[in-house]
Amino acid sequence: MAPRRVLIRNHTAEANLFARRTFIAFIGVLVLLLVLFTNVYNLQVNSFEKYQTRSNANRIKLLPVAPNRGLIYDRNGVLLADNKPVYSLAVIPEDVQDLKNSISEVSQLLQISQDRQDKFFKAVKRKRRFKQVELYPRLSEHQVAVFSVNQHKYPGIFVDARLKRYYPFSDLTTHSLGYVARINRKDINKLELEGKSENYAATHGIGKLGIEKYYEDILHGRIGHQEVEINSQGRIIRTLDYTPPISGKDLTLTLDIELQMIAKRALSGKRGAVVAMDPRTGGILAMYSNPSYDGNLFVHGISSKDYKKLLNSKNLPLINRSVQGYPPASTVKPFLALTGLEEKVITEHSKIPDPGWYQLEGLPNKYRDWKNGGHGWVDLNRAIEQSCNIYFFDLAFKLGITKISTMMERFGFGDYTGIDIHEESKAIMPSVGWKRARYNQPWYTGETLSVGIGQSFWTVTPLQLTQALTTLVNRGERKVPHFLKATAEVSSSNSNHNNTHVQRHYEEQAPLKLNQAKNWDIVLNAMHRTVQKVDATGHAAFKGTTYDAAGKTGSAQVARIKQDEKYDAQATQERKRDNAMFIAFAPFKQPEIVVAVAIENVAKGGGGTNAGPVARQIMDQYFGSRVITSSIDNNVKSDHRLSAHQAHHQATPSLQQNNGAD
Amino acid sequence: MPRHGQDHPAERSIWQKLHIDLPLLLGILSLMSLGLFIVYSAGGQNIDIVIRQAVRLGIALVVMLFIAQIPPLVYRKWAVAVFIIGLLMLVAVLLFGHVGKGAQRWLDLGFMKFQPSEIMKLVVPIMIAWFISQDNLPVKISTVVWAFILVLMPTLLIAKQPDLGTSLLIASSGIFVIFLAGASWKLIMVCAAMASAFAPILWIFLMKDYQKQRVMTFLNPEQDPLGSGYHIIQSKIAIGSGGFQGKGYLQGTQSQLEFLPERHTDFIFSVFSEEFGLIGVGVLLSVYLFIVMRGLWIAINAQHAFTKLLGGSITLTFFVYVFVNIGMVSGLLPVVGVPLPLVSYGGTSMVTLLAGFGMLMAVGTHRRLHV
Repeated sequence: MAPRRVLIRNHTAEANLFARRTFIAFIGVLVLLLVLFTNVYNLQVNSFEKYQTRSNANRIKLLPVAPNRGLIYDRNGVLLADNKPVYSLAVIPEDVQDLKNSISEVSQLLQISQDRQDKFFKAVKRKRRFKQVELYPRLSEHQVAVFSVNQHKYPGIFVDARLKRYYPFSDLTTHSLGYVARINRKDINKLELEGKSENYAATHGIGKLGIEKYYEDILHGRIGHQEVEINSQGRIIRTLDYTPPISGKDLTLTLDIELQMIAKRALSGKRGAVVAMDPRTGGILAMYSNPSYDGNLFVHGISSKDYKKLLNSKNLPLINRSVQGYPPASTVKPFLALTGLEEKVITEHSKIPDPGWYQLEGLPNKYRDWKNGGHGWVDLNRAIEQSCNIYFFDLAFKLGITKISTMMERFGFGDYTGIDIHEESKAIMPSVGWKRARYNQPWYTGETLSVGIGQSFWTVTPLQLTQALTTLVNRGERKVPHFLKATAEVSSSNSNHNNTHVQRHYEEQAPLKLNQAKNWDIVLNAMHRTVQKVDATGHAAFKGTTYDAAGKTGSAQVARIKQDEKYDAQATQERKRDNAMFIAFAPFKQPEIVVAVAIENVAKGGGGTNAGPVARQIMDQYFGSRVITSSIDNNVKSDHRLSAHQAHHQATPSLQQNNGAD
Repeated sequence: MPRHGQDHPAERSIWQKLHIDLPLLLGILSLMSLGLFIVYSAGGQNIDIVIRQAVRLGIALVVMLFIAQIPPLVYRKWAVAVFIIGLLMLVAVLLFGHVGKGAQRWLDLGFMKFQPSEIMKLVVPIMIAWFISQDNLPVKISTVVWAFILVLMPTLLIAKQPDLGTSLLIASSGIFVIFLAGASWKLIMVCAAMASAFAPILWIFLMKDYQKQRVMTFLNPEQDPLGSGYHIIQSKIAIGSGGFQGKGYLQGTQSQLEFLPERHTDFIFSVFSEEFGLIGVGVLLSVYLFIVMRGLWIAINAQHAFTKLLGGSITLTFFVYVFVNIGMVSGLLPVVGVPLPLVSYGGTSMVTLLAGFGMLMAVGTHRRLHV
């Protein structure tokens, strides 16, 4: 290395200076060491007696006591999340006289494998003194009974009971309830950051997903303390004081477990999701995603083999499909029609011709209708009943993407619904700005046409669909979807079920206001016809119901189909087949339930034949034997030009009862 | 450049060829083995913890031996570049660092997480020693001012994380270089005055509530015996009740009955003093003194201003660890979270510490700066 400048250094002077300074530093080190030593001398010699006394008096310890976790009930009081005692066999080796012999005897008694015994002896070597070591986890009731009879022979070996979460409906509720699992390093850091770690000193599990996670603070409760006196070996002699823990509060959900069961049965063998909601409140009646998995597996610590199986399963059971984005396809046509009416680019009766294809002037691409040869002259009602693509290509073209995305965002598409679980996806409401930000590309008109039939980049979650449909049937009144109906003021685990429930109140969102309120009715009537008219797309699924339903079908293209290529479900690979969608509400006049269904990659048919029946089964269960007829039926069938205004006055639904309002 | 101490290969011992300073190595090894025994007692006689610690010590020793092979010239050459990269990483930590235990110290590189502040513990003394040794000693006032600014940058960035313990160690490593380079006493007085003026600013603007709490607790621990003062009181009881002879190995009630906090990490000295008493403390402090003496001896005998300053700073900073840790657990200083070097259980800082000793051995065994 060539020095940049030549320095004339006096090395001897430098070395002397350094040596002097080092010596001064060394003196400093000696002085500070002396300070340390003097201080310790003071503590250990001069104040020895004082500290020895205090050390001997140091016999009182504060032991944390974990609170019981609040229970979770469905809307009818069915228990969904319970705390069940789990019994394990524990040993304090210092208390056992002949450890080897005792363990082998007990093992024989309870049929504990050699493997477990080896594991136990290994653990004994690494534990703190007078700490218990687990010999066998999760004893059966029989084992507990057998051991209890013989316990007197084995001092130092005992049954240890601990409450653990139990989900009696296993996979039926996992996607909404989530689960509780062992607190890990990450949870500890988070608790410390939030200043909650002291409250969790005795707690073993924490909500990891779903409602268990979202309402962790309510469910957990407050820690209690036991002040104990210990002897010189650290063992508890007596309890001096006891501050009991305060149990977490019980939750009552809006969920109806019977609807969940129907949803599971209806979706069995399929991949998909159902969300049912009460449009009057926003309370979720059912949310089921198939396939699901058993949350109980995680409570006891899932084995890596089981976890891998779930993680690598082709059907992705871990994903909650009801809050994942799907192309909405034709289910959003009513919303688009409403936008068209409101922006005055169409009227209820304006018609366009449908030759079976649509072409933009000057462009070679042909956009095809699903029906060969087209639907002829089509107006709004026919376009929704028949789910005519050409009508909506034309509508989307006339509106342009900005007007569409602005209105759709007002319905909540492309944003969180605000539901009380954290797993929700925003999905995608495409717009010019979105495409610029996401792909740094301009927006093409052809994409606007695809948006017109709910395709292109557009995705919505089944939950978003129920929320948007709620806004529609409420004529602009918006609701926040939610699970929590009420919390118990006094937990049932403390007092014997004389708890008072505190209803949850949800903030009203600013309503969506239209310039012409009758536009709501035009669109809602069209959805009514879609289900009630004999030749309409939604009719087959709801034939012969005792209640008056309305809805809209949808079939989403998953794989891109090339120009002039025909889609054939049978010939297409399973994963590239169309998705079936359906949205529905009932009763038409005063809706009590809205349902959204999404089913992936159906073999044959579309939303009407695949997803429609699922929505129907949910509604059949919901209404039970109630009969809600509407005189509109006949009118629709005879004259589908019936004005919304007329319909409104003619229809007098006979509502028998009003159950299920929360 | 004139050379002092010509190389005579025949005179070089096997240790020198391996670039190992034997007395220093012996001192380090004796503290490490003592540490393993205390960790066993403090960790509830859990052999797993001892094994994990032994593995870490092994890794740290390998790092030390590896660093010792690198001639000091190499550090000097890379000083500026590494210093700038280190500063940028510290800024990166503040901007998008990983938050652990309420402080941002970690940078996630995807394949590994690490603490840039640990690297700065080594880079700052190298940088300052390089900067000052450009010129003749004693240092000029202007050089001192610039050197101070260089020290202050990483110190403030680390204090902001907030990691008061590490920023303190880094500041002292830089200040030791300036002191050893012969900064005038007048200047030192002025700086001391400025530092005391800086204290209120630190208190108001830089310190977080929990840090202030620690200082308040330090000033009056008995005020809140079950709250934050608990740690210090229990620690003093442990040390005091050890007495002259100690309660004996594995017999300390304060630690075995879990009255002591952070027994195997920051408060390991309390466990040691409870079980081994004043005699043990005397022996322990003597070993530390021996290591400091050996380090300073190596620095004095180094051939160039750069290596002298570097060696001296590493050694004195090592002593700061000892002083701050023992001072805090025995109630002389507020609790700032500095481990007892070579004894406390823990990974990251152990590796940095031994890397520093590796540099010290390099200073002692590479006879010439130019190889």
